This record gives sequence, C-alpha cells and structure tokens, in this order.
Amino acid sequence: MATRRYDIKSYSGFLQITLLCLFVLYAPLIVVAVYSLNASESIAVWEGFSLRWYADVFTGSESAKFKVAARNSFVIAIIAASVATTIATLAATAMVRGGKFRLRAWSFGLISLPLMVPEIVTAVATLIFFNSIGFERGLLTILLAHIAFCIPFAYLPISARMQSIEDTYEQAAQDLYATKRQAFTKILLPLMLPGIISGYLLAFIISLDDFIITNFVKGAGVETLPTAIFGAVKQGIKPNIMAISTMLLGFSILMVLISYLVSRTDKKP
Amino acid sequence: MSLENPNAIEVREAVKRYGDFTALKTISLSIKDNEFFTLLGPSGCGKTTLLRMIAGFEDVTEGAIYLYDEEIAGLPPHKRPVNTVFQNYALFPHKTVLDNVAFGLQMRGNSKADSRKRAGEMLELVQLSQFAGRKPSQLSGGQQQRVALARALAPQPKVLLLDEPLSALDLKLRKAMQLELKHLQRETGITFIFVTHDQEEALTMSDRIAVMSSGELQQLGDAREIYESPRNMFVADFIGETNLLGVSVDRVEAGQAVCHLGGGHALTCAAVEDVAAGSDVHLSVRPERLFLTPEAESADGMKATVRENIFVGTDITTLVDLADGPQFTIRTSNSERGNKRIFEPGTPVFVNMEHGAARLLVD
Repeated sequence: MATRRYDIKSYSGFLQITLLCLFVLYAPLIVVAVYSLNASESIAVWEGFSLRWYADVFTGSESAKFKVAARNSFVIAIIAASVATTIATLAATAMVRGGKFRLRAWSFGLISLPLMVPEIVTAVATLIFFNSIGFERGLLTILLAHIAFCIPFAYLPISARMQSIEDTYEQAAQDLYATKRQAFTKILLPLMLPGIISGYLLAFIISLDDFIITNFVKGAGVETLPTAIFGAVKQGIKPNIMAISTMLLGFSILMVLISYLVSRTDKKP
Repeated sequence: MSLENPNAIEVREAVKRYGDFTALKTISLSIKDNEFFTLLGPSGCGKTTLLRMIAGFEDVTEGAIYLYDEEIAGLPPHKRPVNTVFQNYALFPHKTVLDNVAFGLQMRGNSKADSRKRAGEMLELVQLSQFAGRKPSQLSGGQQQRVALARALAPQPKVLLLDEPLSALDLKLRKAMQLELKHLQRETGITFIFVTHDQEEALTMSDRIAVMSSGELQQLGDAREIYESPRNMFVADFIGETNLLGVSVDRVEAGQAVCHLGGGHALTCAAVEDVAAGSDVHLSVRPERLFLTPEAESADGMKATVRENIFVGTDITTLVDLADGPQFTIRTSNSERGNKRIFEPGTPVFVNMEHGAARLLVD
C-alpha cells in the first residue's frame, strides 16, 4: 500500500517556526553562557573576554559556600540516583515480568504518580510528613526526598527497555540449565543495561537540578547547589552566578550525551 | 513401559487448563527413544502448549509426563534434560555465537574453556565455525536457525524440542533444513519432538506424527498411515488434499460397504469400524488416486463431465462434475502417460477409483 509521504519540511513556515522555537528555548542559555565570560562587574555591560568569574566561583568570597553546596548536591545525586535506580529496576522487573497480579494497574499509577503531582504539592507533603514524624531536617531529609521522587524518572526508561526484551530470552536461558536468578543476572540484566544507565543518568540530573522540594525539606544552613544559587541571587545577580550556571549546564549536556551514546551503541548490531 | 526400552517421553492423561479454558483435553501419548516425532495441527490446537509442558514452561493441570520413566512434570525447566529450539530462536543478542552455544554447557557446570571447546565442535557440526565470534544479529535467518540448533544440542539433551523452527525461513532454505534436521537427528541419536502446522513438513521428516486439533489428539501414526488411512474428517481434510463427500451406506457385507452418493452413483469401499447400514457418513478419496476414462471400466465408474483443467507444473488438476452429483478434484501427473488421461472441458467421461482408494470416515 503506497501511502503518500508528507515531508514536514515542505510546509510553509516550517523553517521560521523552528528557528523561533529554538531561539526562545536557547537564547537565554546562550546569553548566560556568553556573559559568564564577561570581564565586567555588571551583568549587562560587555567589557571583554575574561575567565575571572569562573575563578571567582572557586576562589572568591562565596567560593566556600558553593563548594559545600556542590559537594552536597553531587553526593545526594549519586546516592539518590543509585538507590532510585535499584528500586526502579526491581519495580520494572515485577511490573513487566511479574505476569498478571492484583492491583497491577494501581501499582503502575503509584509509581508514576509523582510525575503527575505538581512539585510544590509533593514538597509541602514531604515537609509535613517529616515534621509530623519529628524527623530533623538536614541532608538526610533531602536525600530521602530525592530518592522518592527520582524513582519514577529512573523507572520509565528501564521499564520501556524491559518491555522491548522478549521473555523467550529468559526462557531460553532456563531451558539451558540456568536458574531463575542466573537467567536474570546473566541474560536479562545485561540486556537491560542501556535502560538502567539511561534511568540512572535521568535520576541523577533530576536530583542535581531539584530546587522546590529541596528548598522545603532542607534544614537551616544546609544548601545544595540550586538552593545556594537561589540564595546568592536574592542578594543581587553577580556574573559568578552565570559562570556556575554555565558549568551546571555543561555538566547536564554531558550527561544527556552519555545517555544518548549508550542507547545508540546498543542499537548497532 | 518396559525397563529395557523405556519411552523417551510418556504423556499420561495430561490436561492443561487456563482458568475456564481447556487448552489440552486429556492427552496420552508415548514418544519412543531415538524417534523423530511431530506434533502437527493448526494454530491453537494445543501442540505448542504440549511442547512447553514437556520443556517445563507450562505446568500440567492434571496428569503426568515421564522422561525415560522419570516423572518430570513438577521440575523447573533448568532441571529437565531437554532443550528447546525456539520459534524466534531466542539467541542471546549480547553474546557471541560461540558463547551462545557454550551457555548451556557452562550452566551445567562445565568449565569455560571446556564449554567453549565443545561449543566449537557443535558449530563445526552445523558448519558455522567461521562465525563463532560474531553476534547473532550479524547472521542470516538460516544461520541463526543453525546456531539455535547447535545451542540446544550442545548440552546433549535427552530430548530436543523444536517449536516451528523453520517457519521463518523461505521455501528453499526450509526444504534444505528439513533434510539437515533429519540427518542431524539420525547422527546424534537424540529424540526430536517437532511442532509444526505444515503438514508437508511433517510428512517429509517424521517417523511418527500426532495430529492434533482443538486440544485433542486426532490420530497418531506414521506418515503413510496418516495420509492413507485418516481416522476422521479432520485428519483427512487437514493432511494433503482430498475429495470429501457425504455418502449413505446401503449395506455392509464381507468387510465391504456399499454406498451411494448424490445423483445415485454407487460405489463400494472397505468398511470401517462403527459403520452401519442406513447411516450417513463421509468418504475421502485423494485426487491422485482417481483417474478418468472415456468409457466405463468397471461397474463403479461414475459418469461425469470435465469442467476445467488446471496446469500446476508437476501435475494437472482436473475438476469434473458428476452427473447430478458433487464435484470431484482429480490429479494427474504431468507425464506422457498421465496426459493421455486428460480430456477437454465439456467431454463426457467416467471417474474411476484405484482399488482401496476410498476411505470411509465415521466422524
């Protein structure tokens, strides 16, 4: 059956709309990145190229604060992503390979609910929860909250990957004398790995980037990078904020790139 | 079940139910040691379910399955010394061809080096040694098929299960693989249980065939038995091509049934059990066992008119209309001798049956 193929590029206005969207999306980021290289004290006046604000992030008056915040952010992101990915992998295995069980649809809803709920609601609820059980706010509350909201983000790529793996592979493994556990570790897990890496990176970025929930559940004086940046901005935007933002942006792009490369090598025979 | 020569597989009154749906209705059959056994039937007949019950992927609702006198129905798949060639091959995509073949050996506790060595020998057997280092996706369908076969045979299972393994191959390759499978079965001496919906494939390869439909065993026998003496309408219709006619039995005498069919044409054929005078039954005659003559050759010759000749290469198919009766399909080989029996459409002819060609079917 020969259906006519419509090339979207032939529609009038395609190029203009595309450029407009790209401009709206990326112009602010480019402005921030460019002005992070400004020599000026001002954030609006260009006075020439300089890396002084990058140096300022590491050595300036606020550098100690940023360093602690950055370390907190990365430690929390690494642990939260690891725990969330492990839980998500197990959840995906149960959901995709568990056959039909009661409340299966409800379980899926429960796992993905945090994606639907406005973040501010989750933030308030988490805060109330910690308060009501008398849990002292600090790094640990941030970590627990991050693990909780990272699970659905890790779950989605993992379960998507798992759904594309036919269960005959595990059956073949068991037919060839592998126990259920061996079939899982030797066959299913390696096949799921690209999904697991994607899920991990996504959870990591989401944790690293989170502001609203973190801001609610963090203890006084405990900062992550986003909350530290927000705190600094309240005292007026200095170019060092642009430098630190650009570094975060670069890091995020790197993560996305790795995630993309992982999924791409997998498709090659 | 004698001790000196146990059956490879014995299925005893096995039933499989999924909730209210019964996939297998009380099946009993024995598969002999070193046999090429085929489960044949249309999709949904329960043949794959039975195979998966032997492999251990489906549990047995009722009944028992014995492997060389040992009850296996309760064992998980990895504890059964049977291996499966899956319909889609299920080769592990992240492992090389060699590691795929070595997998079963390694899981059975052989050392990595030993497993690989024997896997290499298996690849030699299926003539794929040069592809040992490749990933399955870099092989053609036929090659993947042979890797799947090597992988299943490598751990030397007591019984090899094959779930429609040739269905994804093109016709020529399929024909070649049919012969190769048959040879491999003879060489290895392993019992093969082959599942297929292709009756020609079943007839070509099998020592014995179990014809199944709607979860029941319809007939069990060798290729010739199944083809020439179908036990019921389903088997007659499913295996090969046949003329299936409704007939009335006039009388039964001396092992012969005298019948008549529409238009009053009378014919005599061997009686079968349960056939009684006055009953309406069916009659099956293979098209290649009918022939046309310009004049009546015997009292059983039936008057007819040629409607159409269809050239199909090796044969010519002729459709004739019996006077006031049903239509017959007749196949004549496309040879000098056969062509003398071909008549132009519209020619009045007589339809004759070879001796013993008609088979009565009670149900």
